[in-house]
Amino acid sequence: MQAIKVRNLSRQFGSVTAVDSLDLDISVGQVYGFLGPNGCGKSTTIRMLCGLLKPSAGEVNILGLSIPEQAEALKLKTGYMTQSYSLYRDLNVVENLNFMAEIYSLSGRNKRLRIEELITRYQLGDIRHQISGSLSGGQRQRLSLAAAVIHKPPLLLLDEPTSAVDPQSRRDFWESLFELVEQGTTILVSTHFMDEAERCHKLAILDRGKKVADDSPKNLMRDINAHVVEVHTDSVASAQDVLQCLPEIKGVTQLGLSLRVLVDRQVDQAEDFIRQTLTSHQLTAVATQVKANLEDVFVVATMSQPSGSR
Amino acid sequence: MISWRRLWAVCNKEFKQLARDRGTIAMIIGIPVLELLMFGYAINNDVRHLPAVVLDQSQSAFSRHLTEDVAATQIVDFVASVATIEELDSLIRSGQVSVGLFIPADAQRRSQQPDRRVAQLIVDGTDPVIAGVVAQLQAMPLGLRSHDWLREKNNSFELRIYYNPEKRSAVNIVPGLIGLILTMTMVLFTAIAIVREKEHGTLELLIATPVSVLELLMGKVLPYILIGLIQASLVLGLGYWVFNVPVSGSLLDVYLATSLFIAASLMLGLVISTVAESQFQAMQMTIFVFMPSILLSGFMFPFAGMPVAAQWVAEVLPLTHFLRIIRGIVLRGASLGEMLTEMLILLGFTVIMLTIAALRFNKRLD
Repeated sequence: MQAIKVRNLSRQFGSVTAVDSLDLDISVGQVYGFLGPNGCGKSTTIRMLCGLLKPSAGEVNILGLSIPEQAEALKLKTGYMTQSYSLYRDLNVVENLNFMAEIYSLSGRNKRLRIEELITRYQLGDIRHQISGSLSGGQRQRLSLAAAVIHKPPLLLLDEPTSAVDPQSRRDFWESLFELVEQGTTILVSTHFMDEAERCHKLAILDRGKKVADDSPKNLMRDINAHVVEVHTDSVASAQDVLQCLPEIKGVTQLGLSLRVLVDRQVDQAEDFIRQTLTSHQLTAVATQVKANLEDVFVVATMSQPSGSR
Repeated sequence: MISWRRLWAVCNKEFKQLARDRGTIAMIIGIPVLELLMFGYAINNDVRHLPAVVLDQSQSAFSRHLTEDVAATQIVDFVASVATIEELDSLIRSGQVSVGLFIPADAQRRSQQPDRRVAQLIVDGTDPVIAGVVAQLQAMPLGLRSHDWLREKNNSFELRIYYNPEKRSAVNIVPGLIGLILTMTMVLFTAIAIVREKEHGTLELLIATPVSVLELLMGKVLPYILIGLIQASLVLGLGYWVFNVPVSGSLLDVYLATSLFIAASLMLGLVISTVAESQFQAMQMTIFVFMPSILLSGFMFPFAGMPVAAQWVAEVLPLTHFLRIIRGIVLRGASLGEMLTEMLILLGFTVIMLTIAALRFNKRLD
């Protein structure tokens, strides 16, 4: 069953195209990731899906509702976490939850029970009377998630929810997301962390408003359009300079004393190719082909745009 | 459809945020108290002891009595005596005196001819308040002490002052101050209330929820009506106990009119908040409303004395209409029924502003 179906979605800000002819198919009960650099259109897309921005063109259907026409009806069925903390900094934890509960028409016993349930699940008990402006990043994020799911929405839209949070809090946060998915929630989450992207059921890589890849992380790594070669050499910097200039090389990243090189898939013997190239420049090197990771996928996907300026 | 629970949720949240904002609480209490004390004590429109010069061509017992009578009013103090009209002009032009009294040689004969003026008063008109005060001297009954026969002749000059015979400025200022303070605080508070949510990013989350535009706007505004009424009560109370300004009309009328004026000011604030991008901008725009409200509404200067263009601007300002209502009720004991036109104008203003705010406030970010 489909939770989100998007066809040809575009959004212009003046002469800038923030989102360009985007198609999306997101099934119910998935964690669907948006991976991309800042300014690639992640936030703009999520805001259009929430009905906060009007699309310049395209069709959006979410949970059977047509957006933006039925955006108000959709607002009862979605939870939204903005990029920056957007609950009231001068209200405490319980007051914020209380406010959100009332906004979603919860009242009396139901409201109290739901708030207590969320306080327990998201470990807000010790800070329940603390002013939310003084909470840590991780605490704010747990509170924001609790507020976003207070009305048990079937769809969660999370815009870089973990950008201001320490690694342990990020791990806990993702555990909470999978808990929600188990209960049938569909989650659309944008991120620029590779480890988070790898945990998604499916992943779209966005670059300059366009979708440049869309599959499960596993498939994306398997089908990467490049050989990944680790190169050990005594002169890392010179080797990097040499390799970067070649048309067959799609990317060179330094990892400590070694280089991680992405070679075009057309090249047959990637390891030999690199070794020979470096030898011809009086550099000795050991080259080993390794499995691609998601970062390799990201680098290849975001560089192969024809409009690229590299 | 309004959900009363959601409306209450927004109101309740607003009160809690307000209670935690010390600066705002200080403004709610401090502004009315400080302004009232400042205007009540420091500013005094009862002009006395204007420096004056006399030019006496008559040099008679009559002219000396006349001069003494004018001096006895205490409105002017004669600080100089000159012999020519040129010297008198020069003293006024240089600002050394504000008033000149010119007594012609035939002053005594003129005083017996019913259609002739006895003497001439020359006044520095740069300050209209001074001119107004001196104009009152024209109506002064002459010869209080020695020329009893003159009083009959000058009966037509007799001046009568209604409602505030002592000419105490506090009487005029206290009701006006209610309007002035409400304009300043109510417009500013609501203007900032929504812009603050924009700036803190809370608005983005809020408009992604089912809360409706009307629920949000009304929920923002309603708490301030109560706060405005508290401010009005503070001013009226202090005015009564400290400055002895009684309320001639009904208190219910005062509060009804004040509530309507508060609503009008709040709606104006809402419109500003839909235009302004930052709290600072909202503050600036509020000042643009506040300045003409002080100067043109009739609070500081008499409405009738203003040029026609200024009067047109003033008619657009809610404060102008509220001042007419509140001064009528508090000072002249008028009822709301007699002020119906002004009330309807305020009501119309409120409805128009709410409509503009609701239309401009988009539940989207673009």
